[in-house]
Amino acid sequence: MAEITYREALKQGLREEMLRDERVFLLGEDIGLNWGGAFKVTKDLAEEFGEDRVRDTPISENTIAGAAVGAAITGMVPVAEIMFGDLITLAMDQVCNQAAKMRYMFGGQTSVPLVIRTVFGGGKNLASHHSQSLESWFMHTPGLKVAVPAFASDVKGLIKTAIRDPDPVLFAEHKLVYDRKEEVPDDEYLIPFGQAKIRREGADVTLWGTFLMVHKALEVAEELQKEGISVEVIDPRTLVPLDTKTLIESVKKTGRLVLVTEETKTGATTAEVAAIVQEEAFDWLDAPIKRVNAPDTPVPFSPPLEQYFIPDNKRIAQAVRDIV
Amino acid sequence: MAVGKKTLKELFSRTLKIRLFEEKVWDLFGENIVPGTLHLYLGQEAVAAGVTTALKKSDWIQSSHRGHGHVVAKGADMNAALAELLGKKTGSCKGKGGSMHITQLDVGVLGATGVVASGLPIAVGAALSCQMRKTDDVVVCFFGDGASNNGTFGESLNMSAIWKLPLVWIVENNFYAMGTPITMTCPSSTVAQRAEAYCIPSKVVDGNNAVEVYEATIEAVKRAREGGGPTLIECQTYRMKGHSRFDPAKYRPKEEVDYWLSEEKDAVNVIQKIAIEQGAITEKDADKIREKLQKAVDKAGEFAKNSDFPEPEEALDDVYAEAI
Ligand SMILES: Cc1ncc(C[n+]2csc(CCOP(=O)(O)OP(=O)(O)O)c2C)c(N)n1
Ligand SMILES: [Mg+2]
Repeated sequence: MAEITYREALKQGLREEMLRDERVFLLGEDIGLNWGGAFKVTKDLAEEFGEDRVRDTPISENTIAGAAVGAAITGMVPVAEIMFGDLITLAMDQVCNQAAKMRYMFGGQTSVPLVIRTVFGGGKNLASHHSQSLESWFMHTPGLKVAVPAFASDVKGLIKTAIRDPDPVLFAEHKLVYDRKEEVPDDEYLIPFGQAKIRREGADVTLWGTFLMVHKALEVAEELQKEGISVEVIDPRTLVPLDTKTLIESVKKTGRLVLVTEETKTGATTAEVAAIVQEEAFDWLDAPIKRVNAPDTPVPFSPPLEQYFIPDNKRIAQAVRDIV
Repeated sequence: MAVGKKTLKELFSRTLKIRLFEEKVWDLFGENIVPGTLHLYLGQEAVAAGVTTALKKSDWIQSSHRGHGHVVAKGADMNAALAELLGKKTGSCKGKGGSMHITQLDVGVLGATGVVASGLPIAVGAALSCQMRKTDDVVVCFFGDGASNNGTFGESLNMSAIWKLPLVWIVENNFYAMGTPITMTCPSSTVAQRAEAYCIPSKVVDGNNAVEVYEATIEAVKRAREGGGPTLIECQTYRMKGHSRFDPAKYRPKEEVDYWLSEEKDAVNVIQKIAIEQGAITEKDADKIREKLQKAVDKAGEFAKNSDFPEPEEALDDVYAEAI
């Protein structure tokens, strides 16, 4: 075990898979020698594996994603990086119409074993084109799997699973967790998709969230403990497949649920999860399900505006207090 | 370059095979048993025949939305292809794809696609995969004049050129994108000129002459296999029918239609005449070949008609490698 950052853990996972399987290669804008990725995730990998397997591309998002599709169905295992999650809008055809549907519309003739890595989230004053959280779009696309790692110890095991998965995986990262450190096992390990992690056990309220919001939820849980409120914190780790079992069991225990993500509220993953819980555990609920999300606006630039936009500990804590 | 007699015979029978296949589709369509829409390949047969005759079995083709001819020419099972068009369980895509996604991967078809110009990025990836896996396989990508106005055209030609990919771009210029004439959408007199900006050698050929198409493709494939990078071939041709199912194509001027749809310009007549003149076949051989192909096509028609539809709940299969 060593304490390393999320970024380093992710890189370790990529590196281990590239060493294990020579079909695995990376492609994307500025991921290679001169830059090492906009968030430095792939730094030094081009030096180690060469520019063929850590391949810098022109600024051509749709063809980056499409090239990953073409390579995947002909015997390679590509990991494509889209520099910012917002820019995946330029690759939506290849991600959602091609990668996601190929197995199905070709009647099971092919697998599409690729990973699209990208990064969501605000908090860095990067404004409306570099800060969004768009994971619900991909959760809404049958055929894709969606990973949303929030911790260094998870990101490594999940990227390795993503690379070995025969289906296309949208692997979402978060800008503000790259620098977070955690103990990460040195030995090889894989984390299966579809297994949520209970990050903190509690008895009164279940708090479910993704990315930075899991970290905030843990801080809030600590605070509320002092007020005598016991909060259970669940991190789904993947949205597709979604571990509903762990969540439903928790709700049956606590009878209360608060959902928190950084997405704008309408049509967010929190809406879907709320619907699932009321379908499957209505009788166990002692209070309405609460959602804490960003407002339905583009992500603003100016620090006070952006801080207002992103859910904070106060809003999360208040949502919990409102239903206990 | 002199084209051998065996090749001339093959070009004739491949061109004719597509013609008879598409006539069968047209008949079935008349019987009102083809669900959805259709983009017939009638008129353009010499393109697919000429191109695929220049390929070996393990080479790949990327098709477009007008894909029946490509798939049949590459050697797809006609029974499964026709069954697919009728939405039958025995179809190559188990009835999940239909006309726009007609595909048979095991004969080297990467896929047909409903999104115009979406095949280009996939072809880039497949060619990259051939290059990285150090096979000597080549990828050919078919697309229309209309597709050459889409952003992926620029992205993908550029990427293929910088990486010297083993790729041949085939523009099937039938002078219309639905009802829009190319003169309205393309400022240059040929699509081929656009390749120059990417330093890709190009050629314009008579797309109704299978020999011309074949010869240009042989040269391009040779360059690709030897590591010389991509080539673009513009095959000028014409649809015998409308764009899709119910389009009477009234927007095409009479003189133009008369020219292209004349006896002398007809793709089957052109190659039949050449093959006979060069002594590759006799009139009698031609009749025999026609008879044999017609039998196979008729049999495929019966097979498709007599096949069962899928069970409704088969709609749920093949979304992921394993159900989640
Ligand atoms: C991205 C996209 N835009 C529009 C359409 C609708 N559409 C289908 S075929 C077509 C024309 C394509 O023209 P061209 O590329 O010349 O091929 P052709 O039909 O002539 O073979 C259009 C506009 C589509 N399927 N995909
Ligand atoms: Mg056209």
